[in-house]
Amino acid sequence: MKRVYVNEEWCLGCHLCEYNCAFANSNEDDMILACKDKSLDARITIEDRDDGVHFAVNCRECKDPLCLKSCIAGAIFRDGDMIRIDKDRCVLCYSCIMACPYGALRPTKEKVMGKCELCTDNGRKTPACVEGCPNKAIVFEER
Amino acid sequence: MAINYIYPEYEVVRNYDRCISCRVCERQCANLVHHYDTKRGKMICDESKCVACHRCVALCPTRALKIVKSDHTFKENANWTGEKITNIYRQAESGGVLLASMGTPKNYPVYWDKILINASQVTNPSIDPLREPMETKVFLGHKNDKIVRDQYGRIKCDETPQLELQVPVMFSAMSYGSISYNAHKSLAMASKKLGIYYNTGEGGLHEDFYEYGPNTIVQIASGRFGVHPDYLKAGAALEIKMGQGAKPGIGGHLPGAKIVGDVSKTRMIPEGSDAISPAPHHDIYSIEDLRQLVYTLKEATNYTKPVIVKIAAVHNVSAIASGVARSGADIIAIDGFRGGTGAAPAAIRDNVGIPIELALASVDKRLRDEGIRNDVSLVVGGSIRSSADIVKAIALGADAVYIATSALIALGCHLCRSCHSGRCNWGIATQRPDLVKRLNPEIGSEKLVNLIHAWQHEIKEMMGGMGINSIEALRGNRAMLRGIGLTREELDILGIKHAGE
Repeated sequence: MKRVYVNEEWCLGCHLCEYNCAFANSNEDDMILACKDKSLDARITIEDRDDGVHFAVNCRECKDPLCLKSCIAGAIFRDGDMIRIDKDRCVLCYSCIMACPYGALRPTKEKVMGKCELCTDNGRKTPACVEGCPNKAIVFEER
Repeated sequence: MAINYIYPEYEVVRNYDRCISCRVCERQCANLVHHYDTKRGKMICDESKCVACHRCVALCPTRALKIVKSDHTFKENANWTGEKITNIYRQAESGGVLLASMGTPKNYPVYWDKILINASQVTNPSIDPLREPMETKVFLGHKNDKIVRDQYGRIKCDETPQLELQVPVMFSAMSYGSISYNAHKSLAMASKKLGIYYNTGEGGLHEDFYEYGPNTIVQIASGRFGVHPDYLKAGAALEIKMGQGAKPGIGGHLPGAKIVGDVSKTRMIPEGSDAISPAPHHDIYSIEDLRQLVYTLKEATNYTKPVIVKIAAVHNVSAIASGVARSGADIIAIDGFRGGTGAAPAAIRDNVGIPIELALASVDKRLRDEGIRNDVSLVVGGSIRSSADIVKAIALGADAVYIATSALIALGCHLCRSCHSGRCNWGIATQRPDLVKRLNPEIGSEKLVNLIHAWQHEIKEMMGGMGINSIEALRGNRAMLRGIGLTREELDILGIKHAGE
């Protein structure tokens, strides 16, 4: 399955992927409407280290996902190779946040958990973070 | 605090209706122009630090930024322009030489733009490059005066080493140190893909790039940095740098701050020591001395590689080139006064040398008049900006062109002319690791390949229009050129007629 991979060698730590992600998942057709004067609602996070290393973290689509195992409501489920969240079932208990070793899940404005679903849930062909990365640090490929 | 006489040259205009305070501009500006003010809850900027490199503009996701020239003005004065006045303020403050980068921005005539290209109509058919073969391949090096055959009657055509170019374009000398590792890698990768050559400049060849040796021209400059037997053997050709168009007659100075890590290792000098290239080669004070170095290099490489001698276009360039042609050089590279640099005194860059168009025309004529044009190939550089410039250069007598500024622009350079600061926001003219990584060679090399392919298509179209199907038939074909708005003297030097003649 094609996944989002991050090449830390080329990551500049510009954080554009976070804003492109927030925009792509906002249901707005304008980035200004999606992001201006709002708290950032992204499903990818740049980890910046003081020694100059930057790294974008999003859901790894684990083969044996701990979030799925930990979900008390059965909201997190496997859909082929993808891990998805059933918004109607999520009770926002944060168990998945505790279980995920990558910090890839977070609550959204809709008061349910959100995670990267590789932009399959917002009508895009390739993930917005990959398309918007200025230095090809984020790639969408089979490995 | 002393009074600051200098008002910022540029203003950063931010459209707050569009700004989402994502702080990309802040993170991407090595000059620290932008910052987020938590008290006011918005981005603010210090435009006095802005060099107009457009990194923030290009990366702003909502196009909230633009850079405009300040309309703050001195009292109008045609003689004492604002630039002249502020330069005096600067020097009165610092007591130093004004440094500048890239080619001169002064308003000297650009002869390329005063030359027009011919096309076929009715009496001689034009050629469609999409339907018929069109040859852009050239060979650089000493050409035999007559055809020589072996004992079986076959033509011997491998008498002297030649450089084979798929397109008559090469990337000219930019040293590792003046430009970054990733910029060098982009040039090397692109040259390999394109079947052309890039040039190491005077800073030696990084050990990672020896694999690109067959597409590398290794340079030997007055400082002899990074020169050792393996270096000479690694390249496809050797270039002796006698001069540079942007700063004829003077040497170079890479500050110790840039001699770090691999740059120091590649240059073979201690970390932190200034890399000073003397103005002359201290063993070359005559054509005879030059001949000794040319043959020393040929001897060192078993006469397997052509030797290029690069000179700056100065007043007596044709006589100098004639001497160089007799020194045993296989290729003469001439660099015009608009050529770029990573750092040069502004007074030199803006006032010394002559335009490459005139230098090329006079050198080609001189070598033909003396019957030695076939002894050498001519490569010209110093602001070749488009495929049309290349066609005109070849029709004026060049075998190929050197491009550097165009190549850097393809890599993202915005000609902010601040290379000497070492804070290139595009990851090109810097050694700061966080800035160098901004240039991904995978992207960079692809852009260079695209540029040269685009130019190749255009060259073929223009050649086809003239009814010429081989670049060889265009070389020195001045009948294909006409001047526009030029004086009789300029036309005579260029060896072309005026439009309408």
